[in-house]
Formats: sequence, C-alpha cells, structure tokens
Amino acid sequence: MSERESKGKVGIRELSPIDVYKLLPRTNCKECSEENCMAFATKVVNREVSIEKCPPLLTKAHEKAYKPLKEMLKPAIKEVVVGVGEHARKIGGKLVMYRHEFTYFNPTAIAIDVTDEMPEEEMMDRIKKAEKFNFEYIGQTLKLDMIAVRSTSNDPEKFKATVKKVVENTNLPLILCSLNPNVLEAGLQAAPKSRPLLYAATKDNWKEMAELALKHNCPLTVFAPNNPKLLKSLTKTLIEYGVEDLVLDPGTFPSNGLTDTLNNFTMIRRAAYKKGDELLGFPLIGVPMIAWMEKGEAPEEIAKWREAYLAAMLIVRFADIVMLHDVDGWALLPNVILRQNIYTDPRKPVAVEPGLKVFGAPDENSPVMFTTNFALTYYTVASDIESAKVDAYLLVVDSEGIAVDSAVAGRKLTAEKVADGLKASGVENKVKHRKLIIPGKAARLSGEIEEQSGWQVLVGPRDSSDIPKFLQEKWQKQD
Amino acid sequence: MPEKEKEEKALGLKLSPRLMELLARLQEVELEDFEMDVGDLEIWLQPGAVAAPVIAPPKVAPPVTAKPTAIIEAKFVTPVETYPGKVVEVKLGATKSEGGSRRKSVVIGGETAPAFYTFERSTLHPPVVTLDVFDMAVPLAKAVKMHVKDVLEDPAAWAKLAVEKFGADLVTIHLISVDPLLKDASPKEAVKTVEEVAQAVDVPLVIGGCGDPVKDADVFAEVAETFAGERFLISSITRDMDVERCAKFIKKNGHVALSFTPMDLNLARELNRRLYDFLPKEDIVMDLTTAALGYGLDYAFTNMERARLAGLMGDPELAHPMSSGTTNAWAAREAWLKMAPEWEPRELRGPLWEVVTALTLLLAGVDLFMMMHPAAVKTLKDITKQLTSGGSGDADKLAEWVSMKI
Repeated sequence: MSERESKGKVGIRELSPIDVYKLLPRTNCKECSEENCMAFATKVVNREVSIEKCPPLLTKAHEKAYKPLKEMLKPAIKEVVVGVGEHARKIGGKLVMYRHEFTYFNPTAIAIDVTDEMPEEEMMDRIKKAEKFNFEYIGQTLKLDMIAVRSTSNDPEKFKATVKKVVENTNLPLILCSLNPNVLEAGLQAAPKSRPLLYAATKDNWKEMAELALKHNCPLTVFAPNNPKLLKSLTKTLIEYGVEDLVLDPGTFPSNGLTDTLNNFTMIRRAAYKKGDELLGFPLIGVPMIAWMEKGEAPEEIAKWREAYLAAMLIVRFADIVMLHDVDGWALLPNVILRQNIYTDPRKPVAVEPGLKVFGAPDENSPVMFTTNFALTYYTVASDIESAKVDAYLLVVDSEGIAVDSAVAGRKLTAEKVADGLKASGVENKVKHRKLIIPGKAARLSGEIEEQSGWQVLVGPRDSSDIPKFLQEKWQKQD
Repeated sequence: MPEKEKEEKALGLKLSPRLMELLARLQEVELEDFEMDVGDLEIWLQPGAVAAPVIAPPKVAPPVTAKPTAIIEAKFVTPVETYPGKVVEVKLGATKSEGGSRRKSVVIGGETAPAFYTFERSTLHPPVVTLDVFDMAVPLAKAVKMHVKDVLEDPAAWAKLAVEKFGADLVTIHLISVDPLLKDASPKEAVKTVEEVAQAVDVPLVIGGCGDPVKDADVFAEVAETFAGERFLISSITRDMDVERCAKFIKKNGHVALSFTPMDLNLARELNRRLYDFLPKEDIVMDLTTAALGYGLDYAFTNMERARLAGLMGDPELAHPMSSGTTNAWAAREAWLKMAPEWEPRELRGPLWEVVTALTLLLAGVDLFMMMHPAAVKTLKDITKQLTSGGSGDADKLAEWVSMKI
C-alpha cells in the first residue's frame, strides 16, 4: 500500500446526496424502504443508513458503483471491531475532527483492568462491577465496555489461566495486554475466536505480534510512546504485513508529560483528517491508568482523582478507548456522562414528545403535574416520579426543548402553552379535581395559568427530587 | 532525566497532601441537600438516543506482497497549520504605574493556535482562575460551603482566603445584595464592599452584578467611577442592558467589559459589535455561557470551540479571550445530591464534576475560569502549569505500564 499523504478525501461537508445518488441504481425500487433513491442517498450522506441497505447495489451488476461509493463514504478514522457477536464493540469510524463539523460516532469505549496476579476474589469483584455498572441518563443506560487483562507476572501459564477465568465470567470484549508475544499467545489460547484487542506491538516485538493478529484474526494495538514517526513506521510495516485492524497508542503521560500526550493525540488526528494520512487513520487508545504509576505513598484517592481527570481530557481529545483501573462510581460517573455529552449528535433536536405521560395507575383523584419537553428535564422528573412510586399524570409542555427556568425567561414556556397543553391532553376527563402542580421554577406563571386554564395552581418544588415529599405533604392534605 | 523526575515528584508531593487535606476535611461535613439558583444559565441538551449508523468494515483484500522483515520507515511531518486570526490580548487589573493599585496585572488571550496545540505554538498566556466571593449569604453546595463557612459574612476575609489559601489569580466579588428582589443595596453600599475587597487583596478584581439589567448598570457605573484606572472586569454586560451607557463608563474609567450572551454565536457577535462603537477590542472579554457537565456541557463546549476556531480563522468578532462561569457545574444535581452508595462520596464527586467541566472547556479554549471548589481550582491550576511548563514524557519509563502492579 502506498502512502497517500496528500490524497485529500472529500470533506464530509462537501459530500452531497447527489454524489451518492449518481452511483445508486436509480430505479426507486423502495427495497431499502425509502420513497426513492434520492431520499436514500440523503440518509446515506447523513450516515443514518449504510449503503448495504440497498440490495440491488450489492449485486454483481452494480459492483462498479459499490466500490467507489464505499471509498467515498469511508471515514478518515477506520472503524475497528473488538469482540464478536452481540457483545462486539465498534471503535473509531469517525468522520470529523470536531464534533460541530458533523457528529462523532462510536463513543469512547471504557475498559477496566484485571491482572494475572490479582487475587481471584478481587478479579471477580472487578469484573462484576464493570458488568453491572449502569446509570440512567435522559432515557439511555450508560455502561462500561471492555475488560483489559494485563499480565504483571509475564508468565504465559498464569496469563492463560486468568484469561480463561475472565472469559468464563464475562461477555464483555477483551483487551489482552502484554509486550511479550508468548504471554499473549497463551492468553489467546484461552480466548479462541473471541477477537480480543491485542496490546501491543512495539518496535521490538512487532513481527511476532503481527503473526498473532493474523493467526487469530484480532485487531492489534501499535505502541510507540512519544514517537509519532515510529508509530507511523510500525503502522506502515504492519499493514504491509497484512494486519488491517490497528489501534494506535501514542503514549499517555501524566504530569509533566501531559503536553506530549495532548500533542500526540492531536497531531495524529489532524494528520488523518486534514492531511489525509491513512497510516494514522486508526482509532486511538488512551491509558489514564498510568496515573497509578506515580501514586507512590499517596492515598488511593489521589490516583483515582488524577486518573479520572486524565480520562476526561482524553475523552474530549479524541481517544476511542480509555483503559482505567478505578471502578469507583464517583470517579466513573462524570466520565460516562462527559462521554455521552461529547458524542451526542449536535444535528438532532433536543426535545421529547409533548403530551400526557402516565405513571403507575392514576385514578380520578391522582395529582396532575407538568414539566417541559427539554429531554434532560423530562427524564429527570420522570425518574423521580418513578422512584417515588406514586400514581400521577405528568403533562409534558412544548417549551421548544428548553429547561423550565430558561424557557420561562425566554417566553418559550407560557401560561397559554400550559393551558393549551392541558386541554389537548384530555386529562380533564381523567381526573375530577382541577389542581395543577407546576414546577417551582415556573412559579411566576401561577396567576396567568390559573386565569388561562381555570385550574387551581399549586407551586411544586424547585427540584423534582422533592416531588415525593411535596406530594406527601401537600397533596394528601388536599383531599 | 533525573532533574525532570525530581520535578515531577515534587509536583506530585505538593498536590497529594494538599488535596488530601481538602478531601479529609470534606469527609467531616454533615450532609444536607441544598438548592442552587442557576440564574440566567440557559441549558439545552441533545438526546443521544440516535444509534450510530452501521458502517461495515471495508472489504479490501490485503496486498499480495512479501511480508516485511524490518520496520519500513515512514515520514512524519508535524501537521502544522497557519491561522490568519489572533485572539486579542486583554489586560486585567492595573498596577500603580499603570494607574491602578494592584500588585500585578494579568494578561489573557493572545492565542494564535487552538488550545494547547503546543506542537504549533506554545501557550502565550496560561489560563487563569478567579474565585467567587459573595457579598451576602447565598445557598452553596455543602462540599463548597465547608471551606468558606467562617468567611461567608465577610467578603474581604473571603477574598483573602481565596487568594492566600486557594491560589486564586483574581477574585470575583458578586454584588448579589444590590438585587431589588433581595436587599436592594445601593450602589454606594456596593462600592463600600468592593473597597473592602480591594483593600484586602492585591489581585485584579472581577465585579459581578445581580442580574437585574437596570440596577447592575447603576452599580457598575458607580464602581467604575470610584475605581477609575483599576481595569476591573465588569461582569457582565448583556444585551438587555443599556450597552452604550455601560461601554462608555467602562471606557472612560479604564475597565474591561465581559460581554455575556446565552449560547449563541450570532448574539455574541452582535453584542460585541455594539460594544466596538465605544470600546477598543482590547477591553472586551466574552462569556458564551457555561452549562454543567450533563446539563448541556456539549453545547457550551462546541460553542466555545467553534468561537475559538472562528476567531483564529479570521472572524474578529469572536477573537476575544473567553471566560467561563465554571461554577455552574454545581447546578448539576449529580454534583451535590446524595445518591445511592455506589456513587458516593459526593464530597469527591462534586469537585470532580467541577474539574471535568473546567477541563472540557480548557480544551475548547477558555482563558478565564470562574470557579468555586478549592480542590477543583488546585487541580486546574496544576494542569495548566503542567501544560505550559515545557515538560516532556519519559517514553522508556512509560513502556513499563503494562506490567505495573497496583
């Protein structure tokens, strides 16, 4: 494969549906379930469907169109799959350097480590924590993604036994970590056909690692700390060797090396996106865990704290995988939420459907509350009502996807909208009272809402976590 | 490199007892919920429920060539770009010789490359931190309150604590009490508070208002005139204020305007344009609104990143240093709420929430952070120091990470 430094792929912004349409069969056959080929082309350009959803395109007759289409749509950062089956995790596949240029795909995978010298109980506990980790956030479940098995013993048999235990106890994709090819080979024997990510090929062991990757059909990490030139040379060599799925580790340095860390990650991404450097167009792996190397005599919290903020910086600066040691919720939570935020599609609207939502089994005496259709507000309120196990109606008012306080200030949430929403919802036929509980932050609309809707207003709490307490104190007393 | 190692070690040791001391004190605090006004913070959030499209891996057959037996050298050219624009440099605070009374002034801005693209350009002026001080009791997160509980009623003592113990580069005195809906304190009373704070500390000051566009203008006018020449940052000038009047008294008395807009680059440009009629560019810092981690941080981040890139690409209306109300991180309930045991202790979760919010925006290009928690401030300052000290990573040592025993 030749180096194509200045090839310059069509920027994602410049790619128009017409470019795709021209290469489609243009028969409007609707087999893709779109109205016509142009509609399909638009969705393809927006990355909402893949071209493989067009059955005629995959036939021999259209082979000549399929290849250039594939090339045209190829992301600057190659997509690599770790693991197999339903638990496989895709990484990379990114089209743009900055999220506002389009959107980011494949959120940073978070891997938790275990080692081959860890007491079994500790290892099982860590695997269980990684598997069970979940946090409900605006209608999504945030989770951890992978287990990294490190050999600290450098003993193939020990590593093999550990990997065996790990695969027996988790379906999460694995990263097998050792710079000794014999150790990795032993580990692979215990995890056949599970397509773990191998960590890592270096300037010293690349050949043996390449053989392992080819033999077991695994993606391979290239590790060249603080040396992008070596990293690129190794990548070039491995591609020539026949290894296609690579992941790059340019080195994560703590403390005074932080500048190098950010520089290397940023330079590699820019070379791939802006200079069309295909040899660097692979997913990046960050190792915030190195914070523990500097722990010394300091308390564990210090290492956890540093590991957490290093992870945050790498999630923002282009990492496709981060390997972590700490499994504490306080340190993981900010990072899984940051990851969700950074990978949210900036092209999509922000709201949930307005309308009447039912919680539990409300009757004609049950409370009626309202909130806005800002996704985060709605899911927060909904989760608070659910966890309180109360039977209630919640009216979601269209505030154009803005939170209560801002919507009131910006006139996006008005008494008129609340009154209209009440009427349209039909809740008037479901309850016999006429009492509406409004968000504390919309208190200043009380009078107007009463006037416009004819309902009596009860000003509720400013934070929905106080809804259960409010209902107990204020609603019970009402009847 | 023993010298470097020594330095790293020193930094590590410096942080450890400091943070631990803070953390230890955090544990002692009795925990209650609190309520925090987000004020004019505007929040949007994108639902991320859209599944990423499936992109099948390309089926390219490997080239049929002999397997290499040695590493094939590849060229790596540092991918440097040039930018037609430059962020203006803004000086905050004035020393005696500059017409004020501060011990030293602080310059922010001046970037000619995106934040910490140090392979292109080293950072001219490291980002700085201003700590929040309030002129009357306000609801604070417990994790924050414990550090300042002895000075809550004394802005001067609070400012001193912020500078001497927490390492603040600047202090923000929030004149909340002038709010007509609260104490409705007079501009003269506000001036007195500022006077006390200015006497207590010699760092540059940020003058915060109450959010009432009419009252704030009156208060800022009085403060600007009384402290003429001090180059205070007036926080903030908004679209619903009498922009002409404010810009004029800021110009006349030698201060700096913080141009605040609610997460919309067009509005930011528009307000800056109105200010240009009366103020030189070097007298304007902009605040594009900070939303908390989990509560619209994606919007704040992208807005700031876009603004900075636009400024560097030659849009002069966005080529201003950026300020962030990072304290807004505490508006996220996950920063302060008592949660299930697996997410505790919140005494660590809270300040980390502020750190993560700050670091995300640091990488977008923020120059001035308005912050709250001492541990978060300490961490941000340590990181900016590391990023601007010209240190470098030890590759040989790093290779051992794979087999490190924890």
